[in-house]
Amino acid sequence: MSPAASAAILAGAALKMRMPASLLQVAAIVVGGPLLVGLMAKCRARAEGRIGAPISQPLRDLRKLVRKERIHAEHSSAVLAVAPFVLVASATVAVAISPLVTTAPVLDGGADAFVVVYLLLMGSVALALGGLDPGTAFGGMGSSRAMTVGALAEPALLVAILALSIQAKTSNLPGIVKATLAHPGWLASPERLLALAALVVVVIAETGRIPVDNPSTHLELTMIHEAMVLEYAGPELALVTLGEAMRLGLLFGLVANLFFPWGIASSASLPQLSLAVVVLAAKAATIAVVIALIEVSTAKLRLFRIPELLAGGFVLAVLAVMTGLVTR
Amino acid sequence: MRAGRELDLLQLTAGLVLACSVVTLWRRDLRALVAVLALQGGALGTLAALLAVQHGDLGLGIVAGVVFVAKGFVIPSLLARVVRRDPGSRETAPLVNVPASLVGAGALVIVSYLSAGRLTSLFPSPATRLAPLGLATVLVGFFLLVSRRKAVSQIVGLLLVDNGIALVAFLLTAGVPLLVELGASLDVLLIVVVLQVLATSMRSRFGHVDLDQLRELHD
Repeated sequence: MSPAASAAILAGAALKMRMPASLLQVAAIVVGGPLLVGLMAKCRARAEGRIGAPISQPLRDLRKLVRKERIHAEHSSAVLAVAPFVLVASATVAVAISPLVTTAPVLDGGADAFVVVYLLLMGSVALALGGLDPGTAFGGMGSSRAMTVGALAEPALLVAILALSIQAKTSNLPGIVKATLAHPGWLASPERLLALAALVVVVIAETGRIPVDNPSTHLELTMIHEAMVLEYAGPELALVTLGEAMRLGLLFGLVANLFFPWGIASSASLPQLSLAVVVLAAKAATIAVVIALIEVSTAKLRLFRIPELLAGGFVLAVLAVMTGLVTR
Repeated sequence: MRAGRELDLLQLTAGLVLACSVVTLWRRDLRALVAVLALQGGALGTLAALLAVQHGDLGLGIVAGVVFVAKGFVIPSLLARVVRRDPGSRETAPLVNVPASLVGAGALVIVSYLSAGRLTSLFPSPATRLAPLGLATVLVGFFLLVSRRKAVSQIVGLLLVDNGIALVAFLLTAGVPLLVELGASLDVLLIVVVLQVLATSMRSRFGHVDLDQLRELHD
């Protein structure tokens, strides 16, 4: 047997070994993302003195939407129908290769920070095109706003992860998680805290929460994401909602594991993987509760103040990189 | 391990000082500005105390205590009184808008890193390597001084410059002599008191504390 062939067989075996863990990640995020959305809504309701819908409400909404008929706006093209699939597919790939449950997901050599960020961006662009496609005023307005916020949040996200990758000497996300596991002292280093602050700002913007966007309103002056998906209905709306929930779950999970990776599975054994799912759920739920409390206690920013917030996040990320360079 | 923990804390406090100075450009609310300044003063005092423990220097320990009390509590509470007395102007009036000044601050941090990096490579130790953060704080303070109009923001800018100088002094020389530091701290305290009196009399005479409107002399 030639060395190339045996290498291919080895790689195939490694892929087979890693596949179950990655599938578990995707399953955890598909179920967990909507549950996180429900948990945040519940926290908000409780903090406002209401009882609120059950945590599983987003999942029930998805089931309801899937049963409805497919209906498209009158002058829309194929873009409207394809965009939700691109969103969900890009989110699925990003979830499968990210270090969420295991430090060895499939294709982890390709799980670079840039790859994951641009997979997320691909979904946002698809959704923005879907919003523009029917040619309605609201869709275009929402898309333009979403792209503005995205263009400001994207560099901050990349620079914040860059600060971590300078410290870990790799921009590979599983690599960063493994390096953090090996150096617990990094937890309190200034560049990590600054990068965490920057990432919280970015995650709030990317997931469309208050103070950037209000996910529970259809008030035309303030909405960003809701305006963009106004023309979607039925199963396609279900896909869009699921895609957004998966991105939220992915971002929360990534923030949790990049900064506090303990509990993640380093082998593919069943007890370790199941423990890792539970720990990931606990960490993501903690972040969700914190962000829900931020949502309750702040007012939504005027649209023209959003660049200020994101510029602040960006500068915090730059500071993280510079501090990392100074202190090394 | 213990030395490593101390170095971590040193880096953390130095990073906090710089982060606070950038946040003063970010926030518009003057009360938040004063709170951030107090946090920065506290971080500076803690950093000096850490250095004092590291070198076993009693004089530096006393300086650390003075800095902690003066910059963490006395000066911010004086400033908070100025802000409280003037409910009409709770927000800063930036000449350069906030996103632009934040990007400017990022550029200043990079400039200070590039220029002070040469300086600190003359005597590389873990503490001196943090000195660019102090220089960046000084530059951001100057930027705040030239780009904000309200009297309180200007005082905050001045204090940022002073905190930055103190940070560089602590990190490079492991503390200036006790007498010099006491003199400098008293100077700053005096400046704050004078500016407070100035702000109060400006308000009673003109009804605002916008320095740009002081164009001509009156009897």
